[in-house]
Amino acid sequence: MRTLLVWMAGGLASAALTPVALANGWNMPVGVTALSRDIYSLHMIIFWICVIIGVIVFGAMFYSLFRYRHSKGAKAATFHEHTSVEVIWTAIPLLILVGMAVPATATLKNMYDTSEADLDVMVTGQQWRWRYEYLGEDVAFTSNLGTPREQIDGTGEKGEHYLLEVDKPLVLPVGQKVRLLLTSDDVIHSWWVPDLAVKQDAIPGFVNENWVRIEEPGIYRGQCAELCGKDHAFMPVVVEAVEQERFDEWLAERQQAAEEEASSADREWSMDELMARGEQTYGAVCASCHQADGQGAGNFPALAGNEAMLEDIDWHIDRVVNGVSGTAMASFRNTLSAVEIAAVVTYERNAWGNDSGDSVQPSEIAEQLAEQGE
Amino acid sequence: MAFHLPPKPTPQHSTATAGGVAEPGHAKPHWLMRWLLTTNHKEIGSLYLIFSLTMFFIGGIFALVVRAELFQPGLQLVRPEFFNQMTTMHGLIMVFGAIMPAFVGLANWMVPLQIGAPDMALPRLNNFSFWLLPVAFGLLLSTLLMPGGGPNFGWTFYAPLSTTYAPPSTTFFILSLHIAGISSILGAINIIATILNLRAPGMRMMDMPLFVWTWLITAFLLIAVMPVLAGVITMMLMDINFGTSFFNAAGGGDPVLFQHLFWFFGHPEVYIMILPAFGIVSAIIPTFSRKRLFGYASMVYATAAIALLSFLVWAHHMFVVGLPLVAELFFMYTTMLIAVPTGVKIFNWVATMFRGSISFEPPMLFALAFVVQFTVGGFSGLMLAISPADFQYHDTYFVVAHFHYVLVPGALFAILAGAYYWLPKWTGHYPHLRLSQWHFWLSVIGVNLTFFPMHFSGLAGMPRRIPDYALQFADFNMAASLGAFLFGASQLLFVLVIIKCVRGGEKAPAKAWEGAEDLEWSVPSPAPLHTFETPPEFHPDRH
Repeated sequence: MRTLLVWMAGGLASAALTPVALANGWNMPVGVTALSRDIYSLHMIIFWICVIIGVIVFGAMFYSLFRYRHSKGAKAATFHEHTSVEVIWTAIPLLILVGMAVPATATLKNMYDTSEADLDVMVTGQQWRWRYEYLGEDVAFTSNLGTPREQIDGTGEKGEHYLLEVDKPLVLPVGQKVRLLLTSDDVIHSWWVPDLAVKQDAIPGFVNENWVRIEEPGIYRGQCAELCGKDHAFMPVVVEAVEQERFDEWLAERQQAAEEEASSADREWSMDELMARGEQTYGAVCASCHQADGQGAGNFPALAGNEAMLEDIDWHIDRVVNGVSGTAMASFRNTLSAVEIAAVVTYERNAWGNDSGDSVQPSEIAEQLAEQGE
Repeated sequence: MAFHLPPKPTPQHSTATAGGVAEPGHAKPHWLMRWLLTTNHKEIGSLYLIFSLTMFFIGGIFALVVRAELFQPGLQLVRPEFFNQMTTMHGLIMVFGAIMPAFVGLANWMVPLQIGAPDMALPRLNNFSFWLLPVAFGLLLSTLLMPGGGPNFGWTFYAPLSTTYAPPSTTFFILSLHIAGISSILGAINIIATILNLRAPGMRMMDMPLFVWTWLITAFLLIAVMPVLAGVITMMLMDINFGTSFFNAAGGGDPVLFQHLFWFFGHPEVYIMILPAFGIVSAIIPTFSRKRLFGYASMVYATAAIALLSFLVWAHHMFVVGLPLVAELFFMYTTMLIAVPTGVKIFNWVATMFRGSISFEPPMLFALAFVVQFTVGGFSGLMLAISPADFQYHDTYFVVAHFHYVLVPGALFAILAGAYYWLPKWTGHYPHLRLSQWHFWLSVIGVNLTFFPMHFSGLAGMPRRIPDYALQFADFNMAASLGAFLFGASQLLFVLVIIKCVRGGEKAPAKAWEGAEDLEWSVPSPAPLHTFETPPEFHPDRH
């Protein structure tokens, strides 16, 4: 019996030390929302229940292994059932589980209450980036991986936020209830930020809901959590939580920028402007499949020297605008602006030795989009 | 109640080799034809076991490719496209090619011996269901060489990634899974027919060893869910090749339907991979505790309860797909409930050891490690059942840690325990003691070094199925990769143990282990090709 006590004491001592060991990147983050704290405490309660049961069960087991060794001449007893003991060890776990289910149910109900949101943000997963649209605010943009290719290939030194940085983060106001509406343009993705305790699948044909009320300003990083193809590891989520005032300023800036972008579609763009803008857009959106050198990879066709594309500019524009159904080529009608589509088409027709000399003006694309939209 | 072959359909000499045995007066068949045509349960059992060991090493090599790439952050060895093929093939091969056939192999060998039957009830079907497997997995492996590569969408092959966005080889993947599924169904039918019809006179259901009981229940699970898998992959086949839109949202289909169907198969499937393990451990622990199994009846009921509950919990794999609140609650409660019968089993094993007379031969070492490590996997399973917390755990390395604890230090260790336990019966020799102990300890260290750090990396925020990761996960991954290579290398010792054991070693008597009680220990070691041609006397002294 003394051995059993030693075992249990040892187990409890190591259990008491666990929080120290679990601090700092070894455990689930507590997070910065009321819900994330609730979830964290559920996690810790069930963890400690498991630890205690483990100490008892493994304690009894190792005690038996030590105490009743055949080599020490132990003689086996003959009992092989005991109804009341069996009833007890069926009933006690049941009671523990009921005790656990009560707070879990309360938290879950809270998580599902997406009513009365102050702000609605549409989150759309695409292979392999996130698109954010502030509903009713005329602000929408795409958020791409910000880590340079050299760091991934090992030719450059990896930065502090390697693979967890984006070009444009999702900016949200603190203290406001933000409803997230999630969907996808292609395969299933999952939008996850551990500090916000929000993970929700983005599924084509469905709009899922979740919500978040961030309490502290800061930058919170996460990733796509559902396997979505080759660059699944390379579509991070970055949320920048700012004070309401700062958020309003930011939103106004974005709205102005969007207007400028729209009006710039009307003016004449020079070849150099289109090529510069096209290279930028191509790198952010197209290069993950068709590669930076336009050579394609696997099922993704090469664009360099692609005759079908070079022969017919309308065919080329149609592919970019409408995608190719049944393949990974998405429609960029809603993702890219008229300027970006014009620039990227021009770029693809003139980069990597394609040298067709063709260019297309944003105004022509805008016209086509308006026609097709009707 | 002797066992009779059914009347032969033709009077010709068509059965000269069908028995797989060279009987006096028959020409000895060529060895290849002998193994191709054998209908002997022991030979087919050995074929299954050798096949699953081969698949275990192939799937293991795929896992090591994955772990090598994950040794450090950054892309060093393979491209993401190939990495995804490796994770997918590793999962498919291990689940369908290694763990399941290993249990079927053990059932083939041991179920007839444990119930006093001369063979399986349907010996030719038995031969057919084995030989389907090399076809299925040859086809599956060949997809790696096809243009566009092999399956790259995870072993759960969620649509539309596995339909609209899949490589062209997916149709071959579907065909191979169909063949493997037919093999499983036929095997299950055979096991049920054997257990229900061929028990020794006097052996009631509640006298059967637990390995037989757990396999009987497993076989019913297989028959219930394999057709669902066949259905879902057929729908994929139609979506890919015949223009239907079961899972294509653009055509009015439903990608979430895929997940419901898959997991209605998939959750019972994970119990298919663990229930026979319970049976093996329930044979080994009493033997080396020299004491009867505690709570035999409650073990049977708990197994049945787990099997029934397995049909009611599938959507706990889908807590973040946007289920309605009531569904979320229902599946959380039912999932938590599974902890009760599972707990009963663990308590029963511990109570069996309590006041026993315990020794630590290799099978017992593996069985004890199973109990501890499977329970660790059970604990993380209980945590995952808490739906709100699952929003954080889901699709992270915490889940990877959980199911590997259940399947590797769980199911696989039980298979190894079973192999060490029955090797004297199969070969007539004891496995080499020192080598077995080395194999055990290196495996325990390797497996825990591999999978324990994954709990931490998952909680800290590392998603699963990624070829590259953020810098804060680097230490955990390095430890896991080192552990994986240690574990992989130490399995070569197991091969060495088997080879040595087949060739020679300390001779084993009929009753190879002092405390062993079941019927298989009443036939000589090694078990002759034909056993129990006359049914044994069975005295139910246990109840």
